[in-house]
Amino acid sequence: MSKPKVAFFEFTDCEGCQLQVANLGVDLLELTKAVDIVNFREIMSEEGQEYDVLVVEGSIASKHDEERLKAVAAKAKVIVALGACAATGGVNNLKNLKSIEEQKKIVYGDVDPVKDAIPAKPIDAVVKVDYYVHGCPIHGPEFVKVMQCVLMGKPYQVPAYPVCVECKQNENVCLFDKGQFCLGPITRAGCNSWLPNNGVPCVGCRGLIDNPAANAQKDILEKYGLTVEGIMDKLTLYCNAQKERAKYDKEFKS
Amino acid sequence: MTKSSSPNPERMAHRIPHSGGAKDVKVDVHYLTRVEGHGDITVDVRAGELKECKFKVIESARFFETMLRGRLIYEAQHLTSRICGICACGHSLASIKASENALGVVPHEDTLLLRKLLLHTEQMDSHVLHAYILVAPDLLGVKSIMPLVKTHRPVIERAFRMKKLSDWAGEILAGRHTHPISFAIGGLTKIPEKAHLQKLREMMVEARADYAETVELFKKLSLPSFERKGQYVALSSPDEYAFYDGKINVNGEKLVDPQDYLSVIKEEVRDYSSAKFVTVNKAPYMVGALARFNLNGDKLDKKSKEIASYLGLKRPCYNTFMNTVAQVVEWGYCLEDSIAILERLIKNGINEEKVLVTMYPKKDQWPVRTRAGRGVGTVEVPRGILFHDYTVDDHGLVSAANCIIPTNQNINNLEADMKKIVPEIVGTQDEEEMRLTLEMLARAYDPCISCSTHLLDVRFIS
Repeated sequence: MSKPKVAFFEFTDCEGCQLQVANLGVDLLELTKAVDIVNFREIMSEEGQEYDVLVVEGSIASKHDEERLKAVAAKAKVIVALGACAATGGVNNLKNLKSIEEQKKIVYGDVDPVKDAIPAKPIDAVVKVDYYVHGCPIHGPEFVKVMQCVLMGKPYQVPAYPVCVECKQNENVCLFDKGQFCLGPITRAGCNSWLPNNGVPCVGCRGLIDNPAANAQKDILEKYGLTVEGIMDKLTLYCNAQKERAKYDKEFKS
Repeated sequence: MTKSSSPNPERMAHRIPHSGGAKDVKVDVHYLTRVEGHGDITVDVRAGELKECKFKVIESARFFETMLRGRLIYEAQHLTSRICGICACGHSLASIKASENALGVVPHEDTLLLRKLLLHTEQMDSHVLHAYILVAPDLLGVKSIMPLVKTHRPVIERAFRMKKLSDWAGEILAGRHTHPISFAIGGLTKIPEKAHLQKLREMMVEARADYAETVELFKKLSLPSFERKGQYVALSSPDEYAFYDGKINVNGEKLVDPQDYLSVIKEEVRDYSSAKFVTVNKAPYMVGALARFNLNGDKLDKKSKEIASYLGLKRPCYNTFMNTVAQVVEWGYCLEDSIAILERLIKNGINEEKVLVTMYPKKDQWPVRTRAGRGVGTVEVPRGILFHDYTVDDHGLVSAANCIIPTNQNINNLEADMKKIVPEIVGTQDEEEMRLTLEMLARAYDPCISCSTHLLDVRFIS
């Protein structure tokens, strides 16, 4: 049996998640024993026209992006969203908080070189996604796990518990106890509590957990004199836009 | 150094040396950028005259400058590091410097040393990625590193080892290299462990052997002989080969305070490109390793100077293709300076009390009150000088922001180089050779896009 062919494509983003894949180094070479990477512009110039697995990085932020995604997705059997921009819209969502016309005026003045700009969206607003690798940037080991699932043809379960679980396992002193705010209690785990390990509050880059135990969260935060709304209003980079905010409103405001 | 030699370069029709049946040539370069995503170069030659040479960035605009407006200044470095995953540390540091200048925060000298170290390791990370993953395959006559895994395993393993070194450095200094975590306004949220600093020093000392091999590999590199006496801009400092701090050096003719960058650097919007075009003295200029070497080469250590001369790099160098060689020289300089910084930090220790800060104001400091003001932050990132400029109100909210990235600054210069080189090669090179020369020219800038410049079409339309 021939090895499955994998193609990487990027849209509107910083390409940092593909760099995490490139940085796997020797692990990446190991991965190439199981798959053929046919398209990965960050590290290679050969272009394969046929592929089975499409790994998409970046948000969709123009009509051109949208058309191109549809075209490259049509050839793929399996689609993987790589990183926050593709999976949830990531920081690109922040531009949706203001009108595009207003922003063009500020950045470009009277000239308009970006006529086809549209509000940013995650790729699952355009195509069906089979696997999600969350995070800004992705956590390399999780990408390897997801690719193993892709190869075995079984689903990958994104952790359904909050970052706090991993943070406790890492024996960090809780940032609330240090007088700070943190989105760990409401953010889906899988990053090994990357920010709190380094003394920085979680900002929710992986998105909210799918089934937050809203009442339990409220109880925990109450202990520190906080509310979910209160912490989200302080750390607004990822949660305060679009899909994530809607989820938050549904779970915590009702 | 002087300005572009021809008096009105934009307006002059470029005559093509006529060689028998000179064809009409249309060159389309399609490639993707890291920052701006998708860019095209169009070169159109008809009846021996260069009609058009345009660089179009057709990627969706990302609107970072408007995203920043209304956002808390303490979130700025987190957000702007997302401009580029390759130069994330540089963006983060430019952002922190701009924020500190706006807020009137003065960091401790140990913090400055750690920032310089982090920035060095990012130059090393990016330079090795460019030199090995783009240029080494050319040297060895293949299209990417993938075939080399079988044929040149030791070269690839060396590249990964060198890459891993800076990647690990990012991890122990800042939590990670892409989108660094612990570097904050005023200091760090976590102090790097002494044992890690010691191990990093050991790894760097060992890496000298890999660097020596790298120099030998690039000694074999044969580069096109092209010259265009252009303009160069970089940070310059009287104390060191500048990356983190300095004044804006314009062609070695004047030094400008970073706060006044807008008095020399002019941005212009053209309706065909979502990236802005940037000029100095109303003309294109180059930023990056070659610009730094031309302006600051005298500040390199003795060993780096010897390596530059061994690799045939002499100041001033007007051959854009030599930018990769300048990167190889810088890799060695950054390695040696990093070892020196590490030894200092290991010997003296890090002053935790002065360095340790929180990323955001603590619970008892809300609602946030800050000094209102404007601050500019500049650093040299792998591809050249980077500017962040923020205005903050007295609630710590950003009211205006401007970022000028290196690739935008180089676009104009790449256009100017292409205008000069196309007439020089049209009559003398065949289709395949032209394609390769233009690819190599674009790649020499190591624009965020260079990885993808292989996607270059040269179409002969006659």
